[in-house]
This record gives sequence, structure tokens and C-alpha cells, in this order.
Amino acid sequence: MDILQILLTDSFWAAALRIATPLIFGVLGALICEKAGVLNLGIEGIFAAGAMAGWLAVYLGAGLWGGLLVAALTGAFFGLLHAILTVPLGLSQHVSGLGITLFATSVSYFTYRTALPDVSSPPRIIPFQPLDIPVLSDLPFIGPVLFQQTAMTWLALALVALVWWVLERTPLGMAIRAVGDNPDAVDAQGLSVYALRMGAVVAGSALMALGGAFLTMSAFDAFFFGMVNGRGWICIALVIFASWRPGKALLGALLFGAFDAFQVRMQTEVGAFVPSQVFLMIPYVLSIIALVLVARRAEYPRALLKPWFKGQR
Amino acid sequence: MIRIEPREAPSRLLTLGVPVVSAILALALAAIPLALAGADVFAAYGFMAKGVFGSVFAFTEMLTRASPLIFTGLAATLAFRAKLWNIGGEGQFYLGAMAAVAVGTGWVEAPPIVMIPFILLIGAAAGGIGMAVPTYLKTRFGADEVVTTLLLNFIILIFLQMMLQGPLKDPMGMGWPQSAPIIDQGVLPQLLPRMRIHAGLILALGLAVIAHIALSRTVWGFKLRAVGENAAAALHAGIGVKRTLMGVAMVSGALAGLAGVSEVAGLKGYLTNDLSPGYGYTGIVVAMLAGLSPLGVVVSALFIASVFVGADTMSRAMGVSSYLADLVVSMSLLCVLIGGFVARYKFTRVTREAT
Repeated sequence: MDILQILLTDSFWAAALRIATPLIFGVLGALICEKAGVLNLGIEGIFAAGAMAGWLAVYLGAGLWGGLLVAALTGAFFGLLHAILTVPLGLSQHVSGLGITLFATSVSYFTYRTALPDVSSPPRIIPFQPLDIPVLSDLPFIGPVLFQQTAMTWLALALVALVWWVLERTPLGMAIRAVGDNPDAVDAQGLSVYALRMGAVVAGSALMALGGAFLTMSAFDAFFFGMVNGRGWICIALVIFASWRPGKALLGALLFGAFDAFQVRMQTEVGAFVPSQVFLMIPYVLSIIALVLVARRAEYPRALLKPWFKGQR
Repeated sequence: MIRIEPREAPSRLLTLGVPVVSAILALALAAIPLALAGADVFAAYGFMAKGVFGSVFAFTEMLTRASPLIFTGLAATLAFRAKLWNIGGEGQFYLGAMAAVAVGTGWVEAPPIVMIPFILLIGAAAGGIGMAVPTYLKTRFGADEVVTTLLLNFIILIFLQMMLQGPLKDPMGMGWPQSAPIIDQGVLPQLLPRMRIHAGLILALGLAVIAHIALSRTVWGFKLRAVGENAAAALHAGIGVKRTLMGVAMVSGALAGLAGVSEVAGLKGYLTNDLSPGYGYTGIVVAMLAGLSPLGVVVSALFIASVFVGADTMSRAMGVSSYLADLVVSMSLLCVLIGGFVARYKFTRVTREAT
């Protein structure tokens, strides 16, 4: 099988979309936070928290959609913490975000260990199943790629459209974008800078947690320590790559998913000559290269990282 | 209504008091997860104290654990003072350890007086290069160093696994992914008989003093702080900002690299892919808890090491997960952040007419 052959198989593109799904949630979440002027480096920990909380809720009998709700609320909670620290208190977004990542990760690990003290192999749940839509899923190529994904992939794609619509086409979205560009102007309009920024961070963090939940509730059926494995940081890189646009963010996540799916297939092709770790490195290396390529052209939201205090110019 | 206004300069009492109160508060907050886990809270704190102060051995174990944290804490401190966000301490730690193992397992042999400094130097250089690369990408292309250093941590960890299954693999290691042991001439001297504490601690303490002097008394330290406080003004004043940042990056990476050398040549003797339980990331907490002061790093490293060693003992005795330690460490970071806010502002009660 040569390279072209791989690119033409439906299983390849199905895998690419599957790998991209958690990143789509994460990129959208990070994008909303940053559009409002707040970098959220809590993302890596919020992924872990969403993965653990959603899984645990399902394990305890909440049902899959209930689990997603629990995951989103968990993400919103850590987002609120980050929002309080960085918006009204105006503390360093870098340090606060890293603190949230450490905190959310250790809360998740401690909770998992405490809830399930003596398990040797991680217990499993029944995860989201592929939606087998009659007729459509039998279509050649398109069927397996699009119509045999789980409901969470569809949720992610729908959210891309929703986030785009809210940010670009509604007054609320305009206010969120303005608060990340020129908070003084928003304040002059009589809108609350604090409320807009905090709301955006809370909502964005809830989305990040859904990305984590995808890992335990759709991609796998159990929770593992270290399973997030840098996906959060990759999302932060993808947001810059996507110039803070939801559509481009989707494209970036899909490209990333395609590269990742490709490296797995190449591994089986040339694995005898090249150590498997070379392939494992590729996603991270690609993220750095993408960042370097777009960095100079990137138009950061102008008030990103800049705290704003009422009555203080 | 409460009015909040910035202070001219935080008082000395607050500067010292805030981290202490934050650390104690974080430790006290651990009571909540302990109680939720159904443990006897007082007994748990008792075991934690015993784990640190219960015996000479326990105390030296704490000091042993503090050594790498002083190195990584200093690495974060110097970088953060220049507003260079080096979150890559974990990767630089392993680069240092890998370099030490590459040259220290028999490739060259020399008496300890030459061999030990040689290994330290090579490890420091590897760590320094590990931070110089993302800093170059930042100054040349504007690529955000937070993201690149974080991603490099993962790349380096995968590279480490590749090395441990390939060139660095111990041929006598029964197939385990671990390196050959550092040769005897390269092993850091033990400080006390029958204890694990080693000369890495002395080196770390010495570097903390040097870092303090360099930061507060030298032209280099002045430039570093000037770049951190206001890069535009520093550039205007004729300070080579990019050059300064590259210099800070090398030193910061070198310090994190030395942590790796110290662990591999002082404690374990050989390299595995779990040599560091996140020392690079914890170094950031150490630095923040120290208020980015090199001497403060020593104190906060001792505190964080006590939390880890104490929680290990408590966990073994009571069966509560030792992730409690990570919980306390992360909470102390959040507490000291909030404390820093309290210290920087004056809170005065004012009537509505007065505003």
C-alpha cells in the first residue's frame, strides 16, 4: 500500500475525523476564551477533569448524556475559578492557567483513586456507539467517514457552526469579540467587561471538558492516568494556527487528525526500519512547525493577556 | 463599598508573609479531600509530619527530594523574572539526564575530580540548548514559547523512550527500558552513610546563592530584570533584548538540565523514563511560591518536598491516595497567586459619597 492508497481509504478519513473530534471541542473552547481576551492554559487539566467526571458519572449510572452534562459542569467550575483569578483579580493568565491545569488534574486523579481504590484494571462503561444511520451510512466512502461516527462527533461539528454563528452574527458574539480587542469601548457602551469575559471563560471551559469526555466516553471506554497526553496544549497551538476563526479551527483540527491517522498507518508500513517513536513525535513537531509558520502573521486579539480594571485607564 | 487601589510597593512583611500563609492554607485545605476520602484528618497530618521529621532518614529523604526542585525552581525563577515563560523544565530535565548518561556510562573515563564536573557540564549544556531552541523560535519567528516548550516536553519524553530502547539501552538490563549505570567515577558523592542524600543538594544550594547574587548584584541580572519589567523600555535603553533572552534561556535550561544530572548521577545511578515525577512542572510552583526569589526557592522547595514525602508516608499508613500531595502543591500555587493580589493592593472601606 503506498501513500496515495492510504489517502483514498474511507477508514483513514473516518479515523482522521475521530482523532480530530476532541481537538474540535478543545480548540473551540480555547478560541472563545481567547476571543474575550483570556488565555486559558487550564485546558490540559480541564480535559482530564472532563474525561474523569463524565466517565465516573456514567459509571455511577447517570447515562451518557447525563455524563456529558456532568463533564461540562466540571469544566465550567474550573473555568469559573480561572475566570475569577484572571478577570476581576487580573492575575497572570499564564500562571493561573497552569495552576488550574495542575489543580484540575490532581483533583481528577485523587477523585478517581478515592472512588475506585482497589481496581487493578480500569473498569469500563458502554461508550457512545457509532450512529448507524440507515441508507446514509451505506453510501460508499461518505457513509463510513461521516455517518458511522458517534453522536459526539456530530455534536462537535454542530458546535463549530453554533460558535461561528454566535461569534460572528449575534450582538453577544460581537460584544465578546470587542471585549477581547478593546474592553474600554465595551465599558463605554455600558456593558460589563467582567461578566462578558468571565462568561466566555466559563463557557469555553465547559467545551474543553467535553473534549476530555470524548476520550473516556466515545474514543475509549475507561479512564487512564495521563490519557490527555498534551491534547490540550495542541489545541492552544491550533487556535493560533486558526487565527481565532472557528472554521479554520475545524480545518486545523481535521488536518491534525489526518496527519495523526496517517502516521499510525505509516508506522505499520515502515515500522520495521523506523522506530515507532519517530511517528509518535510527529503530531507535536507538526504543531510547533505550524506555530512557527503562522506566528508572525497571527493577529492576536489585541487585549489578550491584558487585565482590565473598571475605572482605571 | 470597598475600594481597591494598588500599593506603591508591597511591604516586606507581606512579601514574606503571603507565601507562608498560602502554603499553610493549602496544607490546611487538604483536610477537605482527606475528610471526603473518609480518613481521620488529624491522624493523616500526624503521619505527614512523621514522614518528614520522624527520623534522620525521613528528614534526609525530604532533603533528597528537595534537591531537584531547587534546580527546577531556579530555572523557572530566572526565566520568569525575564518574562520568558519556560514551561519546558520537564523536558530539559530529561535532556540533562540523557546527556549525562550518554557520556557517563563508560564512553569516557576519568578520575572523579574531572568526571563529575564533565558530566554536570554536558548535562547543563543539553538542558541549555533545550531552552535555547524555543527561545530562538520566539525571538526570530515570534512563536509563543509557552506552547513550544510545553509541546517540546512531550517530544523529549518520546525521544527518551526511543533512546532507552535504542542507543542508551543497558545491554545488561534484562530487556528493561533503562540505561546502563553511571560509572563509579561519575557518581556524585553521598553526604551521609546509609542515606540517599547526595552532593546534588550542595550544588543546588550553591547555585541558589549564585543566582541570587547574579540577579541582584550584576549587570547581567539588571538586564534580565529590565527585560522582564519592560522589554520596550529596555530596548530603548540600549539593552540587547534578544541576546539577554537567549542568555537567560541557556541558564534556565541548564539549571533544569542539572536537575536531571543530579537525579541520575546522585540518586538513581541509571536513567528510566519515570526518573522525574513532574519535577519540571513542580519547579514552576516552587518558583511562584518563592515570589521568584532565588533564595526563597530553597525554602519553598523544602516545603514542597515535605508535602510529597509526608504524603507518601501518610498514603502508605492510611491508604489515602498520594495524589493528595499534587493537590496540595497545586492549591498552594493558586493560594499564593491570590495572596499576591492581596499584597499588591490596598483595601479601604469607603462611603459611597467619597467615591
